[in-house]
Amino acid sequence: MTVRLPEVDAAVLRRRKTIIAALRQLVPGEGVITSEHELRAYESDGLTAYRQMPMVVVLPETTEQVSAVLRYCYEEGIKVVPRGAGTSLSGGALPLADGVLLGMAKFNRIREIDFDNRVAVVEPGVTNLAVSNAVAERGFYYAPDPSSQIACTIGGNIAENSGGVHCLKYGVTTNNVLGCEIVLMTGEILRIGGRHLDSSGYDFLGLVTGSEGLLGVVTEVTVRILRKPETARAVLIGFPSSEDAGECVSLIIGSGIIPAGMEMMDGPAIRAAEDFVHVGYPLDCEALLIVELDGPQAEVDHLITRVEEIARRCRAKSCRASHSEEERVLFWAGRKAAFPAVGRISPDYYCMDGTIPRAKLPAVLAAMKDMAAKYGLRVANVFHAGDGNLHPLILYDANKEGELDRAEAFGAEILKLCVEVGGVLTGEHGVGIEKRDLMPVMFTQTDLNAQQRVKCAFDEKGLLNPGKVFPTLHRCAELGRMHISGGKLPFPDIPRF
Amino acid sequence: MTDTLKPRDEKDVEEAVRWALAEEKTLEIIGQGSKRTLGRPSQTDVTLDLSGLSGISLYEPAELVLSAKAGTPLAEIEKLLAASDQQLAFEPIDYGPALGQPGGRGTIGGTMAINLSGPRRIKAGAARDHFLGMTAVTGRAESIKSGGRVVKNVTGYDLCKLFAGSWGTLGVMTEITLKVLPAPETEATILVGGLDDARACAAMAAAMGSPCDVSAAAHLPDHVAPFFDALPKAEASTVLRVEGFAPSVKHRKQALAASMKDYGAVTILEERDSRLLWRGIRELRPFAADGERDRPLWRISTAPARGHEIAAAITPAARMVYDWAGGLVWVAMPFADDAGSAAIRSVVARLGGHAMLVRAPAAVRAATDVFEPEHAALAALSKRVKESFDPRHLLNPGRMWAGL
Repeated sequence: MTVRLPEVDAAVLRRRKTIIAALRQLVPGEGVITSEHELRAYESDGLTAYRQMPMVVVLPETTEQVSAVLRYCYEEGIKVVPRGAGTSLSGGALPLADGVLLGMAKFNRIREIDFDNRVAVVEPGVTNLAVSNAVAERGFYYAPDPSSQIACTIGGNIAENSGGVHCLKYGVTTNNVLGCEIVLMTGEILRIGGRHLDSSGYDFLGLVTGSEGLLGVVTEVTVRILRKPETARAVLIGFPSSEDAGECVSLIIGSGIIPAGMEMMDGPAIRAAEDFVHVGYPLDCEALLIVELDGPQAEVDHLITRVEEIARRCRAKSCRASHSEEERVLFWAGRKAAFPAVGRISPDYYCMDGTIPRAKLPAVLAAMKDMAAKYGLRVANVFHAGDGNLHPLILYDANKEGELDRAEAFGAEILKLCVEVGGVLTGEHGVGIEKRDLMPVMFTQTDLNAQQRVKCAFDEKGLLNPGKVFPTLHRCAELGRMHISGGKLPFPDIPRF
Repeated sequence: MTDTLKPRDEKDVEEAVRWALAEEKTLEIIGQGSKRTLGRPSQTDVTLDLSGLSGISLYEPAELVLSAKAGTPLAEIEKLLAASDQQLAFEPIDYGPALGQPGGRGTIGGTMAINLSGPRRIKAGAARDHFLGMTAVTGRAESIKSGGRVVKNVTGYDLCKLFAGSWGTLGVMTEITLKVLPAPETEATILVGGLDDARACAAMAAAMGSPCDVSAAAHLPDHVAPFFDALPKAEASTVLRVEGFAPSVKHRKQALAASMKDYGAVTILEERDSRLLWRGIRELRPFAADGERDRPLWRISTAPARGHEIAAAITPAARMVYDWAGGLVWVAMPFADDAGSAAIRSVVARLGGHAMLVRAPAAVRAATDVFEPEHAALAALSKRVKESFDPRHLLNPGRMWAGL
């Protein structure tokens, strides 16, 4: 698979030995990786269709080292690609042939847990799940729970603004972080936010969250931790059609209930999951809904009854509420195994990540069926129904001539449709390399220029993770130019006071 | 005399900014002007009045989404939402009375531009957390959009976050899309009486760390208690709100009351009194009363567990209200030429967080930093970001800091 990457700077490649020696001065010990054998481990992230060997990998251990490496690269004009655990599904951490890959894995300490202020201060290489585990003894947890939470890191979560199945009620990463330390490409170290709840001045924390490693390298994060709800129960509801399931979702929310999680699977996804994990999903349904309620027992029991009533009104074929923690976990087992389950019925699959206004789901699913016929490929759908985030899994076989290309074209058409119906290209996986060239479907050149000027304010030489997110690279000087024309009185036909 | 331009639509806004660019005029951006005295006093050539850009363009209760033109009155939005049992969960406070104006004014544009949030911020997030999408005209006279109408969206930079709390210094927002949420079925407030500030902050930390899902936590010291009619006694009151479905509120208020007995005498305020009390907190009532409005008013955001340390560091003549479980401290200082800035800045530097001078005569706000001064590297970044949107410093220049 080839993808257009920024032009390789031959002069940088020629200086590789000098650069490696300089980096070894900055990060002593085993922090600089240069052998082809070891570099191989970094050639791709979770989007394995794209591969590129980096020039060198650097694994710093301190903020000062990160700062020194970035300052050196800034002065020498060397590109840098930051990387957390490498679980990105959009190629956000894809290396560059003439770039330094800056791995943050050694930043793996939890620096402080502050229960009085309900925050944890962690290094960016700490895994998402490790934060929750570290605070569990006092009944707390960190709310965002992306499905890769066992492996993905907080630094990567900041870069991608990761979500999870519980984000309908508890928000995504940006709603659950309070502060960070960030190093700019120049090596400047900034502290943004802290343990207080809002920012003075511009909300750089909100801007950096979801910026896909293009603005700076985060070296410390302060996250909010929450007290765990007393209990949680789930309802498993089967429907004859996605329209019925969609109506049920709307009525649940319309009645004032915000479930902790609300997931939908379509027929192919239900059957693949059931074949794989045998959890008792109803096989005669075209849509399955898992609705989870959490809170005090009294609240959860009350809401389960209401959800069951709504489900019946929406022509549910089956409706089962969990009566034990084991049963609740079982309901989720199929959903959580949906991706590997689809992996069993197809040699390869391509996971998409659009978001749509929820009411458009039946129309989008119907259109997808037609596209599946057109491209001659199967598709299974899992859907964060509460927030409209759709994950179509396109089934293909990379060993069959042309199937990957067809899968990619199919995926692009799905994402264009998502934008057409009022949605967006990516809900939680990021733009990265994968959706970069689709950005003009959603944004005008003016929109993209405004975003790229923000990039220039952080990284004027365009050295940090270039080639991601934006389809065209512009020089900052060129973007900064302004043409002033006119000078006539504005709308002279309306009153001036 | 200052001219006022009153655009009718986004195109007019573009045209106005284009004109300002060519004529080198600076613009003060206003909606209803309800927050005009907040921030550094503005010295602009022309006022850009957005009150003509008004109207709710999209509201889909089942999708939890609402779009409105920037000049739409906040009250109109809140009224429409209430008719469908929904609300803006960030519960924006009403600065009006404390600024010597009628209550209930302001537009959605102004609300988002200053990231105006209220007591529920500790549970539901701030205005910025509900800001899904926008269109805006930058200081380059270009219309841009960011975000969308869906909650889950990581497509491109989140410029909505950057614009929330930018005080109109980056662009003129023209349309705003928000996440809305169901309004709670009922509420109640657990009141713990007679605590000093430190003990109150400890009680609030315990409540926030309980599974009772507290939606607001405030401490009203004895010197401000008389301003709240809903309090049963005019004594120091630490108040904890629980909201939601009736069976859940019933359970949680009892559980919370039981766990708070270790801290002091507990009273439960039922729905009606609870609503009255929090409305008073939302209106900053102790600072809006007759005879109180001359005091300089500060807003301090800090680590919740340390909020109480502020009281010890400043004059006992100050009046204070603690919101956000101690993390948001409103301080009314006795009148002074610097509005008490030296004392406030020094304690905030020690505790972490930031302080904003909300209310003081214009001359004082011109001579004293209104916002927390930024460190050099951060200030330089703020300036670069400002200039990326507004290279000629046309929009609300100097509203936050001189030179920005």
